[in-house]
Amino acid sequence: MTTLRAQQLAVSATGTARRPSRRRAGVAGYLFVAGYTILLIAFGVFPTGYSLYLALTNPRGQFTGIGQFTKVFQDFRFGPAFENIGVYLVMWLLLVVVLTVVVAIILRSRVSNKVSGVLRFLFYIPGALAGVASVLVWLFMLDPAVSPAAGLLRSLGMDDFDQTLAPGNLPVILVLIAFWTGAGGWIVVMYGALNNIPDEILEAARIDGAGPWQLAWYIQIPMISKWIVYMAILAFAAGTQLFVEPQLLQTASLNRVSPTWSPNELAYVFAFQNGDFNGAAAISIVLLAIGLLCAGLLVSRSGLFKLDDEK
Amino acid sequence: MTILPAHRPRTGTRRQLSRLTSGLAVTLIVAVLLVFFVVPVIWLLLAPTKTAGQLVSSFPLSFGSFSQLGAAWKHLTAFQGGAIWLWLRNSALYSGGALVLTLATSVPAGYALALTKFRGRRLLLTVTLIVMIMPSASLVLPIFLELNLFHLIGTAWSIILPFAFYPFGVYLVYIYFATSLPRDMLAAARIDGANEWQVFSRVALPLARPVIGLVAFFSFVGNWNNFFLPYLVLPSSQQFPIQVGLNQLLSSTPSFNPVAGKGLDITSPELALAIIIAILPVLVLFLFSQRALVSGMLAGSTKE
Repeated sequence: MTTLRAQQLAVSATGTARRPSRRRAGVAGYLFVAGYTILLIAFGVFPTGYSLYLALTNPRGQFTGIGQFTKVFQDFRFGPAFENIGVYLVMWLLLVVVLTVVVAIILRSRVSNKVSGVLRFLFYIPGALAGVASVLVWLFMLDPAVSPAAGLLRSLGMDDFDQTLAPGNLPVILVLIAFWTGAGGWIVVMYGALNNIPDEILEAARIDGAGPWQLAWYIQIPMISKWIVYMAILAFAAGTQLFVEPQLLQTASLNRVSPTWSPNELAYVFAFQNGDFNGAAAISIVLLAIGLLCAGLLVSRSGLFKLDDEK
Repeated sequence: MTILPAHRPRTGTRRQLSRLTSGLAVTLIVAVLLVFFVVPVIWLLLAPTKTAGQLVSSFPLSFGSFSQLGAAWKHLTAFQGGAIWLWLRNSALYSGGALVLTLATSVPAGYALALTKFRGRRLLLTVTLIVMIMPSASLVLPIFLELNLFHLIGTAWSIILPFAFYPFGVYLVYIYFATSLPRDMLAAARIDGANEWQVFSRVALPLARPVIGLVAFFSFVGNWNNFFLPYLVLPSSQQFPIQVGLNQLLSSTPSFNPVAGKGLDITSPELALAIIIAILPVLVLFLFSQRALVSGMLAGSTKE
């Protein structure tokens, strides 16, 4: 769900800021940012603070320290939910990092500009189906009765929809969906990063006798490593938040898939089925902390974002 | 900077052979990915032209008939007395309302962050960056808890206002103004006696058209496809946006829900048609703004 937005961060990450004008505009500055600041406080800062408050108290508003956290950590569904998401994340990260980089390199150096443009566009299109639509499309793709890949599914031992949706297959299915909607955008970003490598460097390496794969391994990949790390962190952060996809698969599997497959689903069940907002808040805080950590890491360490020009 | 391994001189045939295998590998990777990305889309576009039975029996990528498409359309629009139109209208209201508010808040904010000086500017920018990188889903449950606290659950504002909060838009505008607005122009306008509002609205704003388009696109697409927040916050089908409506259609489709789906006309072709209708606005935007998008996505990092 967040991939599209996340990828676009790449957009501007390379821009450079100029020194802000020191002349007047002091008060005007406040007025210009006022509307946005209100939204930021209302839907960024306040909910975070309120969740933290809920996570540290009980329903009567009494301070309970880390009580809510120990409660959710000890819940029998907590471990499996994080385990599920962990397995998914490892597979997803490996696939997205390796394949997008390989494909971007192929599109950059092995095919003509025209073909490369068309391919990038075709790979990018499923991004329009991000969210519910992509899950529904893949429900059909995974149903051997109607799928164009029925032969492949059957040869893998999946003769009907129930067998495809066996809980053990879920990480693979979720990786397929995430890759289908998200990879195209990342390929575009990686391609852009590759485009930034000066031709002279590539030319020099070619004269030294480097073949295309050596060029990729010794020059192109090291030179875009910053962007690869950036992609990996964003893909990781977004992956921890999985909700829509497992939730819909759960509906479609007639409850054979656990309703608390992912941590966000578990928080949802805490809030909506158990009416336990404090417990739900505690899980949210854990997920928020992971997101914050990733964001903090990228902002402070990557050097991709310009906070200020006054260095 | 990078050291290449020394090269053994290779004979002509070996080189040719390795070139051939590497060419084959490249073709294979591209072909597999092409099938993977494109076939599901083609399947989806063809599905509503067939009956549920034909979907099973005929070739998956075959075309059925237009009359079948018409029938699927009739069944779908009859679902809950035309609920799909209501859902689409709701989606338009939520995404459109949020879009207006996003532009009204993020464009001035990005401008001020880039071109004016005020205390707290750096803090605001840092917080904006962090919130924009954090996955937006991580704030959904906390926002739900907050809305619940203020008894706003179930109102249109409970969707529109959180949707309108769009730090990425602010950052995009900030970078745009910081890198591409000639500062002399602002100074000249001030010398001519323009006040701060006039400088912004008459000089900066007209120049910001490309970035405004970009912010509008990302905000609209993201909100249109958003499922999590409305799913939590809106209790009644009357208020659902199309994404949550699709979820309801899914649970009414007999092939995925034999019990609840009995007796309804919603089968696989109708569901496929609903998916197409749901993504159509976004798909059209994708198709028509591709060039602008790609260049925007990589502003400052491409040399083409």
